[in-house]
Amino acid sequence: MIDLRDIHKSFGSNHVLRGVNLAVSKGESLVIIGGSGTGKSVALKCILGLVKPDSGQISVGGRDVNTGDRDTFLARFGMLFQGGALFDSLPVWQNVAFRLLRGALKRPHDEAHAIAVEKLRRVGLKPDVADKFPAELSGGMQKRVGLARAICADPDIIFFDEPTTGLDPIMAGVINELIREIVVEMGATAMTITHDMTSVRAIADKVAMLHDGVIQWTGPVTDLDNSGDPYLDQFIHGRAEGPIEAVR
Amino acid sequence: MILTRPIAALGRNVLQLLAAIGRVVIFAGQTVSHLFRPPYYHREFFQALVQIGWLSLPVVGLTALFTGGALALQIYAGGARFSAEAVVPSIVAIGMVRELGPVLGGLMVAARVASSIAAELGTMKVTEQIDALVTLSTNPMKYLTLPRVLAATLAVPVLVAVGDAIGIFGGYIVGVTRLDFNAAAYLKNTVDFLEFWDVASGLFKGAAFGFLVALMGCYYGMNSGRGAQGVGRATKAAVVSASVLILAANYILTEVFFSA
Repeated sequence: MIDLRDIHKSFGSNHVLRGVNLAVSKGESLVIIGGSGTGKSVALKCILGLVKPDSGQISVGGRDVNTGDRDTFLARFGMLFQGGALFDSLPVWQNVAFRLLRGALKRPHDEAHAIAVEKLRRVGLKPDVADKFPAELSGGMQKRVGLARAICADPDIIFFDEPTTGLDPIMAGVINELIREIVVEMGATAMTITHDMTSVRAIADKVAMLHDGVIQWTGPVTDLDNSGDPYLDQFIHGRAEGPIEAVR
Repeated sequence: MILTRPIAALGRNVLQLLAAIGRVVIFAGQTVSHLFRPPYYHREFFQALVQIGWLSLPVVGLTALFTGGALALQIYAGGARFSAEAVVPSIVAIGMVRELGPVLGGLMVAARVASSIAAELGTMKVTEQIDALVTLSTNPMKYLTLPRVLAATLAVPVLVAVGDAIGIFGGYIVGVTRLDFNAAAYLKNTVDFLEFWDVASGLFKGAAFGFLVALMGCYYGMNSGRGAQGVGRATKAAVVSASVLILAANYILTEVFFSA
């Protein structure tokens, strides 16, 4: 479904991705883990075309991402951003139904509103939230709205960038459960970036660890605890000592 | 080596300046090109029109009112040196519509609008809202930049026209109440000596200044650095560059319109 081959990306002298190879099958939920600044977000943004890789090839559904109509390509994706990235100037329901109010997927105003309210309900928010503005909501509610926006146009690929960052453990658990339920229910292919090992175990079918610009380890989530990889072991157990240098 | 170092630094700075000019020109070209390529976002355009045009009226109006009044006092005092006090109405009118209306109006809009556009778009950039727009199949240049640039290009000439009228009215108030001009004669002198091109050139300048103000706000906002400091720098750079460009463009346009 999603195939990254030998992706390289540098920002100035900082060589962030040094040959990333990764494959995600249709309907699979892949979680990418790795330390801060290892290029997890960059890899995700390369797939969406938000960042242009210096070299390598990315294909989705067998087609190179640089060919074909960009709007049609992006219409297949939903993305939950780390901070929500909700549009401050629009009420919640217009954030959720953004794609349905303009462009190729445009629907009548009332229908778009009804779909937005339904998606909000799906993520556990009441209809009265629909007319509020993002700034009036708590962090957890903003994440839910972001999730509702990501699934509003029924995409077949969903990206989650640090979905539980900044949330309390209970709200993080709720969001993890929601993500898992929605991905299974929609039959979507999912890619998630996280540091949160609880999230990894709740969301992932498959895990990939990015370290030093390459995929250090990849395998099913069930193999996480007996991988035999010292880098992965250090990361999942949060040890300061090990092959990954910790800055003190 | 020591001798060539300053020359190398100078060359580096010149190259950076030329690269920056190139980036702004490409950004302007991309913005204008979207004018001919749908889709168009009407709602965003009308919102920008209200923000840039309607809400700037008080500040532009007050600036023009006080400037017109001060201009009348200055011209009267200067004209008295060679017994030419009678030129006050015509000079106030010509000065307002040709120069002070568009330039001061443009600078006030730069302070109010370039800063707010740069801060808004810069914040959208650092909170990934611009990336979110892209993932929602919406081109940020079409959705954010074009509506603001187009609205400013159309709204600022209207602001300048209103500012011209208020500035002339400011001169009239001072002329009649402080300088003992006859009210009817003041108005007649104002109208008689004002030509169509005086007004039209000022409005054209207003359109050019509006374009530059919104362009600088959008350019620096969309290219804002990270964090609060990045947004702060973008806002400052937008206001400074818009103001300097207005003054430079004013000289060039005056040269084009009025040099014999």
